[in-house]
Amino acid sequence: MTHTRTIRLTVNGTTRQVRAEPGHTLLDLLRDDLELTGTKACCLVGECGACTVSMNGRIVDSCLVLAAEADGAEVTTIEAVAAGGGLDPLQQAFLDSGAVQCGYCTPGQVMAARDLLARVPHPSVAQIQEAMAGNLCRCGCYRQITEAVQAAAAAVDR
Amino acid sequence: MQGFGYERPHALARAVALLQAHGSQAVLLAGGTDLIVGLRERRLRPAVVVDIKHVAGLEPSITRAGGLVRITADTVLTDVAADQCVRSNFPALAQAAAVIGTVQIRNRATLAGNICNASPAADTAPPLLVYQAQVVAYGPGGTRRIPIDGFFAGPGLTTLAPDEVVTAIELPVPGPHAGSAFGRLSRRRGADLATVSVSAYVDGDGATRLGFGAVGPRPILIADHSGQLADPAGRADMLARLVRTASPISDVRASREYRMSMLAELSQRVLDAATGRRAEGGRR
Repeated sequence: MTHTRTIRLTVNGTTRQVRAEPGHTLLDLLRDDLELTGTKACCLVGECGACTVSMNGRIVDSCLVLAAEADGAEVTTIEAVAAGGGLDPLQQAFLDSGAVQCGYCTPGQVMAARDLLARVPHPSVAQIQEAMAGNLCRCGCYRQITEAVQAAAAAVDR
Repeated sequence: MQGFGYERPHALARAVALLQAHGSQAVLLAGGTDLIVGLRERRLRPAVVVDIKHVAGLEPSITRAGGLVRITADTVLTDVAADQCVRSNFPALAQAAAVIGTVQIRNRATLAGNICNASPAADTAPPLLVYQAQVVAYGPGGTRRIPIDGFFAGPGLTTLAPDEVVTAIELPVPGPHAGSAFGRLSRRRGADLATVSVSAYVDGDGATRLGFGAVGPRPILIADHSGQLADPAGRADMLARLVRTASPISDVRASREYRMSMLAELSQRVLDAATGRRAEGGRR
């Protein structure tokens, strides 16, 4: 029994159309159908945040969104952050702070940090830790990640 | 995930018709943060998933009409936690909504889903119990209101009929001299379930309600009209007796004994916070 349906959504400003099974998630759609592999698959139960994308202006775990639910949505992925080839200042701050070790969690971390900075331009350490609690780093770079977010926030003023 | 049908009704009657047609083979999808994990782990194998995010009347909204605040079924926890009306009238609910999961989870998970999932550790359950919330359900017989204390039946179980949809949660606005609070113990901040949670509500004349989470097969409501629980100097004995009505299990998060001890301590702190807010002029 197949239940494929046509999903139309906007990804990084471009309208896309995909045939998807209901069992496919937004994460599957992005990685497998649209080949946007910057968004990472990891825990698949909404605990690690590696698959974080922005959907209709809010960050979500794309592993916990069915592709069918994303029909009509506006989605922004990590690929839009470095659009044009150069790194976003936040990504540069991650590199400069040593917040990127194996790098697997980094796209999700950057998406969560961008979301925080859009809501709270100058977050405290506590606010950063709270906002990024949904993004795990197995390399244990939490301190450097916090520093990177602070550095990126400070850089906006310069 | 194995194959299943996906339906996205726009009318409430259609959602109910789908539930009637598919019976136990249908599941409702709102935020999906629990449901999709269940689908992936194959604990759930529905024939059809009914997405209620496009049903007219369930769109995200928090509105006040007279003495009642209504939170619709599609309202996510981010919005419950941030809403000014909720924060000023139901601070314990705002506190609880703000500590569930993570930013990513709270942007999807709904208040209605948190109670329909009926985890004994559901963080919003103790506040909803002490605020005497009502669950608004729609089914083939029309709309009915279920007092929240009569909604939880056991782990993962509610008294909702299989063909009913929760459309909203309604909370009566407390009087001006009430105070309330929420407290929670977990192993880490963020992305962890509660080891123990407590909510307290104290009204102007000292009547007190306590809600306990994660210490029994369902969230527990306790009411005291004697004024004893509201009295910081006189509550210890009564509290010790009430705490023994809890029946926590030992699991990966904590032992039964630890939960019992922490329940007593957390109850003291949350009652202090609630009575303190009452002294400040209430509500907050």
